[in-house]
Amino acid sequence: MKTEQTRDLVPLEALTDAAARKRYWRSLEELSDSPEFQELLHTEFPPNATEFLDEVSRRRFIQLAAASFGLAGLTACTRQPPEKILPYVNPPENAIPGHPLYFATAVPVAGVAEGVLVETHLGRPTKVEGNGEHPASLGATSVHSQASVLDLYDPDRAKEISHLGVWQSWEDFQLALMQSLTPLRSGKGERFRILTDTVTSPSLGAQIQAVLAMFPGAKWYQYDPAGRHSARAGALTAFGRDVNTYYRFDKADVVLALDSDFLACGPGSTRFAHDFANRRAGGDRSNMNRLYSIESSMTSTGGKADHRLPLRYAEIELFARDLAASLGVAGLTTSGSQNHPEWISAVSRDLMAHRGACVVVPGLHQSPAVHALAHAMNSALGNDGKTVIYTDPLEVQSTDQIASLRELVNDMDAGRVDVLLTLGGNPVYNAPQDFDFRARLHKVKTTIRVGLHSDETSVECQWQVPETHFMEDWGDTRAFDGTLTIQQPLILPLYDSTSSLRLLDSILNPPGRSSYEIVQNYWQKTNGANNFEQWWRKSVHDGLIADSALPPLTPQLKTDWAQSLSSPGQQGIELAFRPDPYLYDGRYANNTWLQELPQPMTKLTWDNAVHLSPATAKQLNVGNQDRVELNYRGNKVEASIWISPGQPENSATIHLGWGRWHSGRAGNGAGFNAYALRPSDALWGGSGLQIRRLDKDYPLATTQLHQSMEGRDLILSATAAEYKNNPDFVSHETKQPPKELTLYPQWNYTGYAWGMSIDLTRCVNCSACVVACQAENNIPVVGKEQVLARRAMHWLRIDTYYEGDPANPRAFYQPVPCMQCENAPCELVCPVQATNHSSDGLNDMVYNRCVGTRYCSNNCPYKVRRFNFLLFQDWVTEQTKLQRNPDVTVRSRGVMEKCTYCVQRIREADIQSRVEDRFIRDGEVQTACQQACPTRAIVFGDINNHDNEVAKLKSLNLNYALLAELNTRPRTTYLAELRNPNPELKSNA
Amino acid sequence: MRIGSSTGPLYAYAAEFDGPTKLVDAARAVREAGYKRFEAYSPYPVKELDEIVPGWNPVPALVLFAGIAGAGTAWIMQSWIAIVDFPINVGGRPLYSWPAFVPITFELTVLFASAAAFFGALGLCGFPLLHHPVFNLKEFGRASDDRFFLCIEARDHKFNVRKTAELLNEFEPLELWEVGKD
Amino acid sequence: MTTVAEKQLQTPRRPEPGTSLPVIAGAESFGTLTEQITSVVLTRPTPPFWYYTFAVGMAALIMFVVSVIYLLYRGVGVFGIEIPVAWSFAITNFVWWIGIGHAGTLISAILLLLNQGWRNSINRFAEAMTIFAVMCAGLFPLLHLGRPWLFYWLLPYPNTMHVQPQFRSPLVWDVFAVSTYATVSLLFWYLGMVPDLASLRDRAKNRFAYGFYGVLCLGWRGASRHWRYHETASLLLAGLATPLVLSVHTVVSFDFTIAILPGWHSTIFPPYFVAGAIYSGFAMVLILAIPLRKVYHLENLVTERHLNNCAKVMLATGLILAYTYAIEPFTSWYSGDTFEMAVVHNRAVGPHSWTFWVTLSCNVFIPQLLWFRKWRTDPKRLFLVSFVILYGMWLERYMIIITSLHRDFLPSSWSNFIASPWDVSVLVGSIGLFVVCFLLFVRFLPMISIFEMRELLPFSRPGGGVEK
Repeated sequence: MKTEQTRDLVPLEALTDAAARKRYWRSLEELSDSPEFQELLHTEFPPNATEFLDEVSRRRFIQLAAASFGLAGLTACTRQPPEKILPYVNPPENAIPGHPLYFATAVPVAGVAEGVLVETHLGRPTKVEGNGEHPASLGATSVHSQASVLDLYDPDRAKEISHLGVWQSWEDFQLALMQSLTPLRSGKGERFRILTDTVTSPSLGAQIQAVLAMFPGAKWYQYDPAGRHSARAGALTAFGRDVNTYYRFDKADVVLALDSDFLACGPGSTRFAHDFANRRAGGDRSNMNRLYSIESSMTSTGGKADHRLPLRYAEIELFARDLAASLGVAGLTTSGSQNHPEWISAVSRDLMAHRGACVVVPGLHQSPAVHALAHAMNSALGNDGKTVIYTDPLEVQSTDQIASLRELVNDMDAGRVDVLLTLGGNPVYNAPQDFDFRARLHKVKTTIRVGLHSDETSVECQWQVPETHFMEDWGDTRAFDGTLTIQQPLILPLYDSTSSLRLLDSILNPPGRSSYEIVQNYWQKTNGANNFEQWWRKSVHDGLIADSALPPLTPQLKTDWAQSLSSPGQQGIELAFRPDPYLYDGRYANNTWLQELPQPMTKLTWDNAVHLSPATAKQLNVGNQDRVELNYRGNKVEASIWISPGQPENSATIHLGWGRWHSGRAGNGAGFNAYALRPSDALWGGSGLQIRRLDKDYPLATTQLHQSMEGRDLILSATAAEYKNNPDFVSHETKQPPKELTLYPQWNYTGYAWGMSIDLTRCVNCSACVVACQAENNIPVVGKEQVLARRAMHWLRIDTYYEGDPANPRAFYQPVPCMQCENAPCELVCPVQATNHSSDGLNDMVYNRCVGTRYCSNNCPYKVRRFNFLLFQDWVTEQTKLQRNPDVTVRSRGVMEKCTYCVQRIREADIQSRVEDRFIRDGEVQTACQQACPTRAIVFGDINNHDNEVAKLKSLNLNYALLAELNTRPRTTYLAELRNPNPELKSNA
Repeated sequence: MRIGSSTGPLYAYAAEFDGPTKLVDAARAVREAGYKRFEAYSPYPVKELDEIVPGWNPVPALVLFAGIAGAGTAWIMQSWIAIVDFPINVGGRPLYSWPAFVPITFELTVLFASAAAFFGALGLCGFPLLHHPVFNLKEFGRASDDRFFLCIEARDHKFNVRKTAELLNEFEPLELWEVGKD
Repeated sequence: MTTVAEKQLQTPRRPEPGTSLPVIAGAESFGTLTEQITSVVLTRPTPPFWYYTFAVGMAALIMFVVSVIYLLYRGVGVFGIEIPVAWSFAITNFVWWIGIGHAGTLISAILLLLNQGWRNSINRFAEAMTIFAVMCAGLFPLLHLGRPWLFYWLLPYPNTMHVQPQFRSPLVWDVFAVSTYATVSLLFWYLGMVPDLASLRDRAKNRFAYGFYGVLCLGWRGASRHWRYHETASLLLAGLATPLVLSVHTVVSFDFTIAILPGWHSTIFPPYFVAGAIYSGFAMVLILAIPLRKVYHLENLVTERHLNNCAKVMLATGLILAYTYAIEPFTSWYSGDTFEMAVVHNRAVGPHSWTFWVTLSCNVFIPQLLWFRKWRTDPKRLFLVSFVILYGMWLERYMIIITSLHRDFLPSSWSNFIASPWDVSVLVGSIGLFVVCFLLFVRFLPMISIFEMRELLPFSRPGGGVEK
C-alpha cells in the first residue's frame, strides 16, 4: 500500500474559501468571539497555567492536564490565519473517510530538512513517512521526522500571544510592535536586533533582508548551539571560504570517520546511512566497504565500524594530523606524538589504495583543525567531487554564530538594544554559559519571542508569540545537499499562532499577508518561470523543487592553510559536549517519544549522564548512577554517572539538550543541563574537568540492563574473509531441529505467509524503526518510573550487545520485534485464546479477549510481549488523541500487547487487492519499522512466493532464526552480520 | 416400661442400652424374631448392625455411574469445543490435542463422582428431614452421645404390645420406652 | 476379628510397634469425650487467646481488603511484576496455599484408607485448614489477572461472543483442578461433620444453638442405615480424594512445566510439588495443632504420638524434596542445555541466590533435627521447625518463579525483580483471612471428630475392644 502513496495537493480553491472556515468552526467561533467568553477563557487560563512544577510522575502530568487542554482547543478558534486547507469544502479527489491522504512536506532540524510524506486521517496528521523522491530521505526517515508529529500535538506548546504573561490579541501585538519600532526608524533602527536560529529558508531569508533594508542600522544574528561552527571555521582555514560538505558513501570503499556519527545523527544521516548500508550489504556481499572510526565517545557509527579507536577529543586532531602527514598532504608537519603508528600506517595505506573511492568524515563537533585536515586529506586522496561534494553553504547567510552572538550580548549589555526580536531558537537556555544571556536580555527595552513552545526564552521575554508548527503553515527549507522543499500545511493551526514569515511581513507591509502568499510570491519572483502555477503545484506535490540541489564547487586549498593549525594541550579529565542523538540541542525535550526512546548505546531513557570509561570510573571511584558534581572552569552542575564501554580514558562525554526547566511537563527536570558548563571558547569540550563524588545516587532508567551475550549464539557474525572461506558458517552455528522431528502434524500455510528478514549488517542502530512503530501503533509512553520498573511498552526494541575488551568493545545491534513463531509458545498457554494464529501465519493478539494472566509473556523466549500494568494510555489529553492511528486499537489497562507485523496495513492491502481482484504485490505491504528504516535492514513480505525479496533473503546462507533450537519456527529471521576488518590491523577486528 | 415424653398414638418401643454389645445382641434377636420395621441408633457406626438391620446400599453404584458421566462430559466438551465449535490454530498444535484434555477429564470425573457420593448418601438417608418421631423421646438426645437405642415400630406386622416388650426386656435395657407419634 | 478384639481388650491403649505413645491418653468414656469436645463450642467460655489471635487476624484481614480494593482501582501494576518477571508473589502465594491445603485431604483421605486410627483426632481441623487454605489460594489467580472481573472467561460456557477457553493451557486445567478440589474437600468435611453436628444439636443449651445445629445436621439420628450410607460415602470420597489431592498439585506444577522456560520445563516437577505440598501442609497442621491442644487442653486427644507421626511424615517428604533439589542440577547438567545450566548457576550464585540457600536451609538442613525424637515430640521445638519449613516452602516457590523468569533466554531482557509493598500486604492479608476463618471454625464447629474418636475408645465394639 505504502509504496504507491496517493499524494494530494491542497486544492487551491479551498484555500481561498474563507466561508468554509466559518462553517467548519461555526459553533466554536460564535462562542469564542463573544467577549464574555474571552473573559471566561482567560480567567480559565491564568498566565502560567501550563507551568506544572510538582514532582508527580510525567504520566500523571499528562493526565492531570486534561481539562485545560480540552478548552485549549477553543482558544485556537479565537483567530484563525486567513487561509485554510479544508479538503471537505470541495472534497479533493480520493479523500475517502477511512483512507489516509499523504501530503509532501519537509521536517527541518536546525534548518536542515528531510523530505517527508505526512499521513493524514480526515485532516489529522498522524504519521510521518519518508519521501522516496527526496534526496535526504529516499523513503526513509530519521527519528526526528518520525517524532515531529508528536511535537505538533505537544500539549505544552505556546498557545496564545501574551505580554508579561497577560493574554493579548494579535492586533494588540501588532500595535505594540509598531509603537516600539516606529521611534527606531529615526536612527535607521540600529537599536533593533533580530536573533534567529540557522536560517536556510530562502523566503524567510528574503523577509529578514527586507526588514534589514527597512531598518538599515538593524542587525541580524543567527545562533544554533549545535550548529556547524567548527565546520565553517575549518572550511575557512582550508579554503578561505565557507562550504557545505556532504559525502557520497555509495561511492566509498573505505570510510574514515574522525569522531563523526554520520550514520545516526547530523544533517543527511538518513541518506548517508542508506548509501553506506547499500555499499556494505549490497549485491552478493563480496565487495564490502570498510569503516574506520576514531571517536571520543561510543556512538552507533563507532559500534558499526570494522575498526574503532577510542581517542580523546583533542587527541583526534593529533591523529588526523599524523595521518594527513603520512598521506603526504603538502606543507604539513607531524604532531610529534608517536601515538598509534600501526593505525596510521594501516589506515593511510588502505586509504591510498582507494584513492578517489574513499572518504574522510570529520565530526561536526570536531575542532576546525580536524575539518581542515579532513578537507586536505580528501583532496590529497582525490576524493573531491567523487565521494566528497562541496557546495555553497545552506544558510542564507553564513556567519560566525558565536562571534555574532557575542556581539549581540555585548550590545545588550551596553544597552544598545531597544527591540530584540527572537525568532525560534532558545538562547536563554542554550547560549554559551559565559554569555549570561538571561541577565543581558533584561537590559533590552522590548523583547519579543516567536517560539513553538513557551520555553525558557519566552518566559524571559516580554512578548510571547506562539509559532506555528511546520505542519501548520507554509514555508520552505533546504536539505543537506541544498534541495529545496516547499512546506505545505496539513492542518489548521491548533492555537493562536503565527509564523516568523508572517510576523516579519506584518512589519514590512502591515497588516501582513498570509504565509501562503508570502511563500508563493517569493517563488513567483525568484523563479519567474512561465506557467508558475504548474511549477508550483508540482513542487508542492512532489515535496521538492526539481534540480534545486546546490551546484558542486571545487574549492582550492589555501597554500598557507597548515600554518594556522595549533596543537591543543592536555591536562586532567577532558569534557566533551555532544548534541543529544534524540533531543538534539534540547528542542525535542518535551517530546515524550524521544524522551523514552532508548539511547543508541546505553539504552538510557528520560536522562542524560556523564559517560566515563570503566577504567576512569574505577580511578574516580564512581559507579553507575552515582551522583557527582561536575566542575568545569568554576561552573558546577550535578549529574549522574553512566559507565560506557568504549569511552576513551580520562574523558567524560555529556549530552546537550537536557535539564530544561521550562520545556513542558515531559522535559522539565529530565537530565541535567550541560549548557551550564559550556563556554563560548570551548563549545565542544576541553580539558580540566573536575568530578567530585556526592554521596547520593540517582536512578537512571535503562531498558537493557545486561549487555553481554553470555556466549549465546544470539547474533551471528563473521568477517568477509571468513564468510568467503566458509559460506555456511551460519548453519553450523545454529541448531534448528528438523521439521519432521515432532509427534504432531504440521500446519501448512497455503496462500500468504507473512515473514520478515532483518539484515544485521545493515542495521546501524538509529532507532527510527522504534519511533515509527510507536507512532503507527498508538504505543503509550510510560514515564521514567515505569521504565525503571521494567515496563517500557516499545513493541520493537534494538538490543545492543558488547563483546571483548570493555575499553574498546565490539558492539552488535539486533532489532527484536515479535518473531511471529509458527509454533508460538505464547499461544499454547493462553487460557482464553486471546492470542492465536491467523490463516496467514500471524501471531494475532486479541486485546478484547485478553484477561491479563501474562503467562504468554513468561513463555515468550524473546520477551517481546508488553503488558499494560497500569493505565499507561493517555485517555484525557485532547491533543494526543488527534495523533492516534484510527486503524489500530488503543489498548487499555490489564491487557497484553505486542508487535503485529502492522496487521492493519496487511489487511488494508488485502482488501485493496480483493477489490482489484489480484494478489498483494511484493512490497505493497510495508511495516512501519521497515518503511522508516534508512538502511533497508528490515524486509517484509509473503515468504510463500519465492520471487519476493523477503523469500530471497531468507534463502541466503546468512539467514538464521533466533533461538532456533527451541523449535519455535519464527517468521522473523536475521541475516548474520558481516564485517570487513583490515587484515593489517589486529586491534578490535 | 416407661412412657416417653411424648403423646399421641404409639410410634414405637425404644430400648435404651449403654453399650454396643447388648444393642447388637438385641437387634439380632429382634431380626430373628422376624421383625422388619426396626432400627438401631448408635452414637458412632457399629459395623455389626449392617448385617442385621435390613436395607440395601446403592451408593457405590451411584458413584461409579456419576464418575463415568463426568469423564464423558469432560472429554466430549473439550473435543467438541476444540474441533467443532471453536477450531483455531493455537501455536501450530493440531485441533485434537488429546493429551491436553486428560487433566480436565480426570478432574470432572472426580467432581461428579464425589457429588454423587455426597448427595447420594444424604439423599438415601432422606435428609434433610428435621423432624422424626424418635425425637419425641427426650432421652433420645443421648443417642448422639453415649446411649444406644433399638426401636421397633408399632406398624410392624409382628408388633404386639406385650410380646415385643418382653422380647426387648430380655436384654435388660436401661429403660424401655414407649415413643408416641407426636 | 475376635482375636484382634481380644488383644485389644487386654491392652486398650493399643501400643503400636516402635512407640508407646497412646492415641488417647487417660481413661475416657463416651460421655466425657463428647463433653470435652462439644463444650468447647457450647459451654466453655472462649479463652482470651482466641480473642487476641482473632484481633490480629482481623487486622490483617482488613489490610487485605484495603489492598485488594486499591489493587482493583489502580491495576495489577501495583505489584512488583514487570517484563520479564510477569509472575511473582501472587502465584507464589497461590502455590503455597494450595500446597498447605494438601495435608488436610491427605490426613482425612489417604490415612483413612490406610486405616490409620490416629488421624481421627486431627482430621477434622486438618480438613478445615484445607478448605480455608484453598479459599486463600483461589483468590490469588483472580487477583493477579490484568482484568480480574473477566475471570469467568476461563470457563467454557455458551456465550454471544462465541469464543471458548483454550484447553491446552494449564491455567484452564488449574481452574478445574482447584475448583474440584475445593468442592470435594468441602463435601468431605461437611459429610464427616454431620453426626457431630447432631451431638451439638442434642446438647444445645439454647433455642438458637439448637436450631442452628439442628438445621446443619439435616436431622441426623444415628440410625444404622444413616451410618451405613455415611460410611460408604466417606470411604468412596476418601478413595476419590486421594488421586485428586495428587492431581491438584500436579496440575499446579504443570503451570510451570508446560512452559519452555529453563528451570520450569522439567518432568520432575509433579512429584516434587506434591511432596512439597504435603511437607508444608503438615507443617501447618502442627502450627495449628500445637497451640490448639494447649489452649483447649486437648493434650489427651491430640497426643505426643500425633505430633510424632506428623513430624515423621514431614521428615519423609522433606527427604523426597532434598532428593529433587539434588537431582535438578544433575538433570540440567546431563541435558547439556546451556540455558538450563545457566538457570541452575544463577539460582546458586545469581542476584537472588539468597532465596536458594535459605530455601535449602529451611527445607533440607534444619528439618534434619526431626531425626531426634526430642524434636519430634517436644511441642515448642516442633512448632519452631514447622514454622521454618512453612517459610522455606514459600520461599522455594518464590525462588523457582523469580530465578527462572528474571534471567531467561535473551540477556537483553534480563532484569532484577523488586517486590512492592502491596505484594507483601496481600500475602500477609491472606494469612489474616485464613486465621479468621479458622478461629471461627474452632469457635462454632467441633474441631475434633467426636464420633470417630468414640470408635477409638476401648469397649467401642460389641464384646469390647475398639475398631481396627
